[in-house]
Amino acid sequence: MSALLELRGLGVRYSGAATAALEGVDLALAAGERLAVIGESGSGKSTLARAIAGLLPRTARLHGTITWPGLDHPARNGRDIGFVFQDPGSSLDPVMALGDQVAEVAHANLDMGWRAARRLAVELLDRVKLPEPAALARAYAHQLSGGQKQRVAIAAAIVARPKLLIADEATSALDTIVQAEIVALIRALVTEDGMALIFVSHDIGLAANLADRIAVFRHGRMVEQATTAALVARPRTDYSRALLVAHLGLEA
Amino acid sequence: MHAPIRGNASMNRTFRLLKRRLVGAIPVLLIVVIGSFLLLEAAPGDAVDAYVASVGGDAGMIEALRQGWGLDASPMTRLAAYLWALLHLDLGHSVAFSRPVRDVVLERLPNTLLLMGAATALSFALGTALGIVAGARPGSARDRALSIGSLALYAVPGFWLALVLTIVFSVELRWLPLSGMETIASGKVGFARALDVARHMVLPVTSLGLIYLALYLRMMRAGMAEVWRMDFTRAARARGIGRRRIVLSHVARNALLPLVTMLGLQSAQMLGGSVVIESVFSVPGLGRLAQEAVGSRDTPLLIGIILVSAALVIVINLLVDIAYAALDPRVGASEASA
Amino acid sequence: MSLARLLRSPDAVAGFVILGLLGAMALAAPLLFPGDPLAIAGQPLLRPFQDWALPLGTDRLGRDVLAGLFHGARTSLAVGLAAAAASILVGSIVGTIAGFAGGLVDEVLMRITDAFQTVPGFLLSLALVSVVGPSLGVVVMAIALSAWTGPARIARAEVLSIRERDYVASARVIGMHPVEIAFREVLPNALPPVLALSSVIVAAAILTEAALSFLGLGDPNRVTWGGMIAEGRAVLRSAPYLSVIPGIALVLAVLGVYLAGEGVVEGTAARERQA
Ligand SMILES: Nc1ncnc2c1ncn2[C@@H]1O[C@H](COP(=O)(O)OP(=O)(O)OP(=O)(O)O)[C@@H](O)[C@H]1O
Ligand SMILES: [Mg+2]
Repeated sequence: MSALLELRGLGVRYSGAATAALEGVDLALAAGERLAVIGESGSGKSTLARAIAGLLPRTARLHGTITWPGLDHPARNGRDIGFVFQDPGSSLDPVMALGDQVAEVAHANLDMGWRAARRLAVELLDRVKLPEPAALARAYAHQLSGGQKQRVAIAAAIVARPKLLIADEATSALDTIVQAEIVALIRALVTEDGMALIFVSHDIGLAANLADRIAVFRHGRMVEQATTAALVARPRTDYSRALLVAHLGLEA
Repeated sequence: MHAPIRGNASMNRTFRLLKRRLVGAIPVLLIVVIGSFLLLEAAPGDAVDAYVASVGGDAGMIEALRQGWGLDASPMTRLAAYLWALLHLDLGHSVAFSRPVRDVVLERLPNTLLLMGAATALSFALGTALGIVAGARPGSARDRALSIGSLALYAVPGFWLALVLTIVFSVELRWLPLSGMETIASGKVGFARALDVARHMVLPVTSLGLIYLALYLRMMRAGMAEVWRMDFTRAARARGIGRRRIVLSHVARNALLPLVTMLGLQSAQMLGGSVVIESVFSVPGLGRLAQEAVGSRDTPLLIGIILVSAALVIVINLLVDIAYAALDPRVGASEASA
Repeated sequence: MSLARLLRSPDAVAGFVILGLLGAMALAAPLLFPGDPLAIAGQPLLRPFQDWALPLGTDRLGRDVLAGLFHGARTSLAVGLAAAAASILVGSIVGTIAGFAGGLVDEVLMRITDAFQTVPGFLLSLALVSVVGPSLGVVVMAIALSAWTGPARIARAEVLSIRERDYVASARVIGMHPVEIAFREVLPNALPPVLALSSVIVAAAILTEAALSFLGLGDPNRVTWGGMIAEGRAVLRSAPYLSVIPGIALVLAVLGVYLAGEGVVEGTAARERQA
């Protein structure tokens, strides 16, 4: 399979920060591939996700290159990259109807009229398995549960059938049962649409469950990457092993 | 379950809110009335003195009137009588005009409403628009310029601005009339008359509204800066929404809400501000009437104006609450299940 | 707050410079212009910059405009500060009692606050001055009468959030009297946000005083900028400078208060962010 995305020597330094938030990251992602990014808090996972989607603050400095061999144009947010944030509560506008927030993505990225965009929005709400999608399109964020909100955010992310879906701790704010449901939904959508996935998580269990490959981050560096099977069976660094043990210890 | 996704839910919500606000307004109005009563009591002379001063009468008649109006009774009884009269919309008798206060006030009210309405519309529309221009890119040169300009404007007293505008536009340039509500005895009717009134109102409306324009601009700008920091603006960017739409439909839309609340809070201040502005431009409105009442020591009239103003402020705030409930779907959501 | 941080904001510096100048004017007024500023000083309607003994000219009655400006600064600043101090004092006490007592007391006090906010403040000031008669003290009271509600609301909100904190609980445990707790433990901690509002209150007080004087309801024995503006109105066509000059002083004073206030608030916020 050909590469969709290639990072070479990627580094990020936030303005005023003493150390780099990300340094010397080399990583490639094939089309349709599912990659999990794991690591402890502050290890640079979100920074990586945002750098790829061009969502870093303007004052942050970026080194290295991000190229998109799988695309014949620079990646565009919404059209080529779908992004799901950690906090489903705050990633939706509290005073805009949910259907409109999905529809505006279609309007912006698919050259679609508002009427068609709204129809598509209802279809998408149905696709992320929300009940009564037509009524829900007219509802507002505060009327939904956390899991439901995250489904709406996922619907908004996949409107334009992007080549890559980035989920930055998309399930961390949810309880375990809802977490499993959202993971199942993401897996289904990614498979159906042939999307590549970058799944950021600090939960190695969830990551292993979903991903073909796992990249482990620590202190802004990628310390290890391997197929899920290989990493779980034979972690090469102590850090990965510690993460695994901690996870298994919780399981036991 | 999270199911209240029905169309008339918002109607119910608004209705409940209105009911609660109306009930809440009753004690407030009562306190205002009692305060007014105390002020009336403190003022030299009573209602009979006022009546006799304007209509005339001898000592015997004064005594009879005092008894008839219950003014020789205890303060509690007098307060009760005062409340009773107010319930019948009887605001007392104006010395200066020799007429019931209610009639005088109602005659002047429309002019003040016109002035306030136009000033509010001007300041709100322009203030939010300029606030959006400033808040679209916090920290930009445009933002800095508008911020400094609005602060300077915010410091200008309305009555002084009125005089300066008069010097420039009425005295020097002679573009606009000096004062009054319309050209006296012009015989104009219909559209021509409306145009004449509009020309007369340009300077009063501008003088009254500019300070609020500055206020709304500053609030909008500050509000937008706050909304920009929220996650959903970054999420909108991540979804490929254009900057223009993010600024207008998300950032400005959210930042507008506190301004709507302010609209209600400002109404009392603007009524106060209309006193000086109407005095400068001789606009025959409530504010100028208040000044006339002070000038002729007509306390019943002044108190009547205060009561009507307070009622007006309550009504305006109710209307603002309805508008707010229509703009913010979250209003009353917490009690929806109750 | 450190002076260095304050001086980094050009707005705050401008504000303090303006306020410093006005304060100096107010203090120097009786030294530089020892005579009665309401007395006749020269020929009437002398234009500015004609006679160096009367640099800003004279008004309709031949009174020295510059002397009026200096003495007016005294009145404006005094009334502004006194009215703001009174409003903050009354407001903090009412807010503290309401927030600390809760229940019916809170309900009643807050409805009274609502009532005061419902009546247009300027009309209230007008009514008080007209009933009691104009003097400096009455003007201060009249302004405070409508301005105490803001501090009261903020103080109450602060007290409500502070009331449950640890040091209050421990004061309760050691058996402090509730009134003592309210005014010794809670109020001092609730005060900073209230004081952050003070520049707005001072500015509003200066503007209200000017408006009252403009309508002829200021203290008749004192020069005020509002009174000077009103005085100049009669000759607006021939001598607009008589209204324009004191108005500029007024705008500068209010602007200075805003700028300085904003500088202090921003400086404090920056310090809190760093801490
Ligand atoms: N906007 C920012 N400005 C400055 N520093 C930042 C910013 N965002 C993140 N950082 C810093 O960069 C480093 C990496 O942060 P990042 O958010 O990428 O970590 P993370 O792995 O996503 O952590 P978490 O699991 O807590 O989300 C941290 O030290 C963080 O403090
Ligand atoms: Mg993160």
